Amino acid sequence: MEDMSAIVLEQADRLFQQHVNKEILSAADNGAWPAALWTALDDAGLPEAMVPEAAGGVGLAAADVANLIRRAAFYSVPLPLAETMLANRLWTDAGGAPLEGAATLGPTNPADKLTVTRQGNGFRLNGVARHVPWGFQTTALIFSRDDSGAGYLARVPVPAVANLNQRRRNVAYEPRDELRFDDIELSGDDVRAAPAYLAEGGLMPFGAAIRSQQMIGGMERCLDYALTYANERVQFGRPIAKFQAIQHMLAIAAGHFAAASAAADALTESERLGDDRFTVAIAKSRCGEAAGQVAAICQQVHGAMGFTQEHPLHFASRRLWSWRDEWGAETYWQEMIGRSICAVGGDGFWPLLVDPKPDNAVRPA
Amino acid sequence: MRAFRFESLTLPPEAEAMRRKVRAFLDDERANKRYAAHRTSWSTFDPEFSRRAAAAGFIGMTWPKQYGGGEHSNLERFVVTEEMLAAGAPGGAHWIADRQSGPQILKHGSERARKLILPKIAAGECYFGIGMSEPDSGSDLAAARTKADKVENGWRINGAKIWTSNAHRVHYLIVLARTEPPSENRHAGLSQFIVDTRTDGVSVRPILNMSGGHEFNEVFFRDCFVPDDMMIGKPGEGWTRVTGELAYERAGPDRFMSDIRLLAELINKVGEAPSERQAIEIGRLVAHFASLRRMSSSIAGLLERGESPVTEAALVKDVGTAFEREVPEMVRRLLPVESSLDDDDEYSQALANVLLHAPSFTIRGGTPEILRGMIARGLGLR
Repeated sequence: MEDMSAIVLEQADRLFQQHVNKEILSAADNGAWPAALWTALDDAGLPEAMVPEAAGGVGLAAADVANLIRRAAFYSVPLPLAETMLANRLWTDAGGAPLEGAATLGPTNPADKLTVTRQGNGFRLNGVARHVPWGFQTTALIFSRDDSGAGYLARVPVPAVANLNQRRRNVAYEPRDELRFDDIELSGDDVRAAPAYLAEGGLMPFGAAIRSQQMIGGMERCLDYALTYANERVQFGRPIAKFQAIQHMLAIAAGHFAAASAAADALTESERLGDDRFTVAIAKSRCGEAAGQVAAICQQVHGAMGFTQEHPLHFASRRLWSWRDEWGAETYWQEMIGRSICAVGGDGFWPLLVDPKPDNAVRPA
Repeated sequence: MRAFRFESLTLPPEAEAMRRKVRAFLDDERANKRYAAHRTSWSTFDPEFSRRAAAAGFIGMTWPKQYGGGEHSNLERFVVTEEMLAAGAPGGAHWIADRQSGPQILKHGSERARKLILPKIAAGECYFGIGMSEPDSGSDLAAARTKADKVENGWRINGAKIWTSNAHRVHYLIVLARTEPPSENRHAGLSQFIVDTRTDGVSVRPILNMSGGHEFNEVFFRDCFVPDDMMIGKPGEGWTRVTGELAYERAGPDRFMSDIRLLAELINKVGEAPSERQAIEIGRLVAHFASLRRMSSSIAGLLERGESPVTEAALVKDVGTAFEREVPEMVRRLLPVESSLDDDDEYSQALANVLLHAPSFTIRGGTPEILRGMIARGLGLR
């Protein structure tokens, strides 16, 4: 099994390296779907990486899933690979078969609440999900609740209901579309009771967990570029890496990166990365803060060149600025941590931190 | 990118068992009001506390039993350290001996030094100070001028050390001295010695710190004799020895938990219903803290495997002490108070106490300016 994981990761890395280049990324910035890359990832079985073997998937361990997501983010893979992996896991956990093609998830924002009502053998879906990744190009897995509060997952072939929808992009120019569900009729096959682990927090912790891993990959890329550039760029007769000011800036960035990595590593202790909301809250907020700092420092090290499209840094830094805001920005998760901590008081804070209890540690939003 | 090693670590069951044991000890200490947590920290010098902690088995935990140790793992020790810090325990008397001097002697000291000193440290009766900085050599440690000349059966030390915490009340100092004149290789010709503070020729001048406390000292050595077997390692190994000692010193939870009691007092004072801003900022500090804890435990894992993660330790200390410096600044924005050591209010006292000590957090054990140079070297920038 361990060998199998190593093979999958190595193959994935090779595919990313082979397929993702400046042309692909620029085309994706302009709205192109890199079909050949998707086919290659699909052929490698990556969309089912998180699905247990028993359910027809690859069954990668959580730590390997995290690594896979980090590597894809390192290369700025302009596809909803992580979203598809997670959607497939959720849908198969709910009893469905792996989804056809690329998939996405919504809502991605705590303010968006969707409702589902039963009608005969089918269901009706209502509400708006904003900022849905690649919402126009994928099958969407939408989390909604009925009037009793029970959670459901709805499989919606989005292009079929696209007339009300709006195309939007984040600052990385990745599609983040607005999907409007105005009494959409869905068959009984397309709506399933959500797995119990979604009952309290919905998709938020799971989406935040994948964005945390992505930020680690994105930060690593930015730092890589900055270290290379600092050693190559000569000013005042020597590489700028030799200047203490530059050394200290990059040392600070490395500190943020290490702290964020430690927080994101903690998520691999849960099977689906997002199962423990308190740990997710720590990871998403620490990664988000680090992403801002690391991107700023790496941009600064590159000078004017970093602000151009001549250098690929912007593909990575624009993604960091997007990912830190998605599935709850730092303040959203920090407030959740703060309220949980204040609820247990000064004497309860330390024991809670040492041994967070998923059931009572974090109050759902 | 050249990666630093911070592998995830899950604490083993015996470490969690140790956590229950040390919590019971600390609960008992506080229940009997043996110390006041809002005013104490790991640098508070309290020999009575140290003796009780030793009797309960919390000093020299990882050392062999033949030297009075407990033969526990580094991870069990990590748990005890963080619980002591979380409880604001006044461990200052034994802290340095337990954290770095003892391990240094165990690893590189002579058999006589081990037998003579380690059991006394483990009994909570023998304390150490650090003899690294000198009046003209602080961050630039290799510029040390204190000299040790070879004499019959030992060495004769002349020179001065400064910022030596507790020199006036500890039993020994580990002194870095030149055993050869300075050469082109600045790191060559240095050696480490265990110096008994009662030796003829040792004198101590107190230096009061800005909070009014007496921890710092300047220590003078005048023809001070040290026997051969009180050298740590071999002549000329001093730089390597001191670097290894600093890895023990830098990566522990004491580099990000110095003012954790202030955070606890803030949480108490804010109460169960924080404002949105209070919740967000407390949440942010806790997220930083939790991440540091994982980094530090990962280093405990590396130490357990016998590694000496010098650069990683520097990184934990840099990130950790930046956090420690930020805590009081954030705390006073969330719950303003005119802090005072004389106040009846524990929060006010805790804030005053931290404010008056915070500047030292980013000096002791190596400044961020030095640490960032080490990190930059690890990144391949110099």
